[in-house]
Amino acid sequence: MLTIIANDLRRRLRDTTLLLYGVVLPLGLAFLFSTVPAGDDGRAREFAARYAVSDPAGEFAGRVLGSLPSVQVRRAASPAEAAGLVEEGKADAAFVVEPGAETPRVIGDVDKPVAVQVAREIAEAYAAERRAARLALLAASPASPASGDVPGTVPGTVPGTGSGTPAGAAEAAAGIARTPAPVSLAADTAVRRQLDTTTYHAAGMAVFFLFFVAVTTVSGIFEERAGGTLARLLAAPVRPRAVLAAKALGGVLVGLACMGVLVVASTLLMGAGWGPPLAVAVLVAACVLAVSGITAAIAVTARGAEQASNRVSAIAMVLGVVGGAFFPVTGLGFAEFAGWLAPHRWFLLGLSDLAGDQSIGAVAVPALVLLGMAAAGGAVALALGGRAAERVMNA
Amino acid sequence: MSLIEVTDLRKRYRSTTVVDGVSFTIGEGETYGLLGPNGAGKTTTIAMVVGVLARDGGGVRLAGRAHEVTSLATKAMIGYVPQEIALYPDLTARENLAFFGRLYGLAGRDLRRRVDEVLDVTGLSERSREAVSKYSGGMARRLNIAAGLLNRPRLLVLDEPTAGVDPQSRGAILDAVARLAGEGVAVLYTTHYMEEAERLCDRVGILDGGRMRAEGTHRELVSLVGAGDHVLITVDGAAAGAVPALERTPGVTRVDADEARLELLVAESRAVLPLILDAVTGAGCAVRSLEVREPDLEAVFLKLTGRALRD
Ligand SMILES: Nc1ncnc2c1ncn2[C@@H]1O[C@H](COP(=O)(O)OP(=O)(O)OP(=O)(O)O)[C@@H](O)[C@H]1O
Ligand SMILES: [Mg+2]
Repeated sequence: MLTIIANDLRRRLRDTTLLLYGVVLPLGLAFLFSTVPAGDDGRAREFAARYAVSDPAGEFAGRVLGSLPSVQVRRAASPAEAAGLVEEGKADAAFVVEPGAETPRVIGDVDKPVAVQVAREIAEAYAAERRAARLALLAASPASPASGDVPGTVPGTVPGTGSGTPAGAAEAAAGIARTPAPVSLAADTAVRRQLDTTTYHAAGMAVFFLFFVAVTTVSGIFEERAGGTLARLLAAPVRPRAVLAAKALGGVLVGLACMGVLVVASTLLMGAGWGPPLAVAVLVAACVLAVSGITAAIAVTARGAEQASNRVSAIAMVLGVVGGAFFPVTGLGFAEFAGWLAPHRWFLLGLSDLAGDQSIGAVAVPALVLLGMAAAGGAVALALGGRAAERVMNA
Repeated sequence: MSLIEVTDLRKRYRSTTVVDGVSFTIGEGETYGLLGPNGAGKTTTIAMVVGVLARDGGGVRLAGRAHEVTSLATKAMIGYVPQEIALYPDLTARENLAFFGRLYGLAGRDLRRRVDEVLDVTGLSERSREAVSKYSGGMARRLNIAAGLLNRPRLLVLDEPTAGVDPQSRGAILDAVARLAGEGVAVLYTTHYMEEAERLCDRVGILDGGRMRAEGTHRELVSLVGAGDHVLITVDGAAAGAVPALERTPGVTRVDADEARLELLVAESRAVLPLILDAVTGAGCAVRSLEVREPDLEAVFLKLTGRALRD
């Protein structure tokens, strides 16, 4: 079986069609798409926001906003002044920190949805941190009942405010003061929530063309049948199933290789930012399997190379469009719904989640969905495959 | 004992039966020919024998074991040369052979040696590093055969290996097959050239419309057509004078005379020929030319099916 895989890989690496579908076209088109002016300034979108903040205590404005990259902060003396700055267009959004309120209030400019959304996330993250800090304080003071705590305790200014053991509370508070990380990380999430255009198009095109790469595997099998070499493989002491399995596995490896080349090439040539390698690898592998499974399921219904490639191309086209391989699909009703059936959609979702949360857990759901697609496609292929294998044997 | 026993093979595509109860056996060192016109079912039969095509009925036993599509041990004993050239055109001859050799478990030095051997046998050593796509039709045919020899098969199955090959290459191919049979390989050979079947095969099965019409040695088949050879003699002067003497010659079953020509039907020309010459010269006729025409498989086929082998 390894022999067959190795031979297939060697032959296909010399094949220019594969190079064309697997690398040249996706890279070329991704490049083209990402250089088309994308609404605002056309450059790969880099987040920048101007925020006004009214924060008498200064803790939020200093510790949290001050640590964020790409954010300009203007202090305002009062909530009204902060709101005024937004209205005049001098700030995209304003934070109003009020004593007693856990979450800073956000006043946003409707024309800056991204900046406003990011501001909300920052405020939420900050509030979450404070809730956590309060719990930590409670835990550190066994004598005090939960009701003894008053909303409005500001962790940064805490010494002595809590009703628990002063030493424990102080320790917890000091711990919090030392760790501004949760908020800045959360803020980072918000800032990089969306994939930049370059990566988006590179990824979309990569998956789109992955179908065509998978088709070359299928048509390769049909060609071998027509050329007679398949008969030779079947005449050799190799199980017929192993022959087909080897072909399928070889196809997956070729898909992985193409994706690998695309990730590296788009990073080096176009400055795409896919994310941490391990998580990207997991997502890519799941996606290649999903596309292979879907292609296999379609291919087993075909009688020849041409029919297989026509059917797969048609479906690849539809899935590509609804799955957002060319442009993001939103608000199109049915199309948006159908998009969830497309591996492209999940792959892109996984990447953008990853852009927010750099951990491998961020891609778990998309990866599992993709693997589910792979399994479903594989199951269909196997169920119908008996007949297809027979057809192969009968040629 | 036979190396391979094929019994009652059947294959149907939709409503048409293309192989209909074909049976034969081949012993070690024996060459068995399947002779039949286009569409007779030769390739289909062979594909089922080799195990690349599922059969609808019948059985194949090889070296005493049941041979199925999934029987790896028996598949390892078969060398298969498909009718169409079954090679990877983008690979060199050597790469092709190395790949197919590996499928049969050959590796390393063993594999290299075997590849060299089969290249040598088929006369392709010199151009073994060229891509097969650059090969001429005849060279590709020879490489196609080489690939079937890699595993030192006990049963070699060749499906019209000489189709579209120049006479010289054809001779070389037939010689190579005969040599292998001499070494004890059982050979199953299909062709629609009756000369090849006559020259190469110990026994021949005549296949038409998916059915085995007749089977046997050349002589057995020929005897189906009726008595032996035709002898054609031209003499100086009138031939009629020799007729009575010839009719009295033992082994001569019929005599026709037409001016200077005599046409005889004899049982066994080799034994009777001297007596015939004696009879003709004894009757005062000088022999100018003599031709012995053995009845061929073409005639057998015509007789069995009412059609010519090739149309
Ligand atoms: N896959 C198939 N589906 C339907 N009919 C088939 C199939 N394969 C072969 N046949 C039919 O079976 C018959 C026998 O074909 P086969 O190839 O065995 O003949 P053959 O004796 O090898 O002929 P040739 O000398 O042309 O190679 C033909 O009529 C052919 O059309
Ligand atoms: Mg044939």
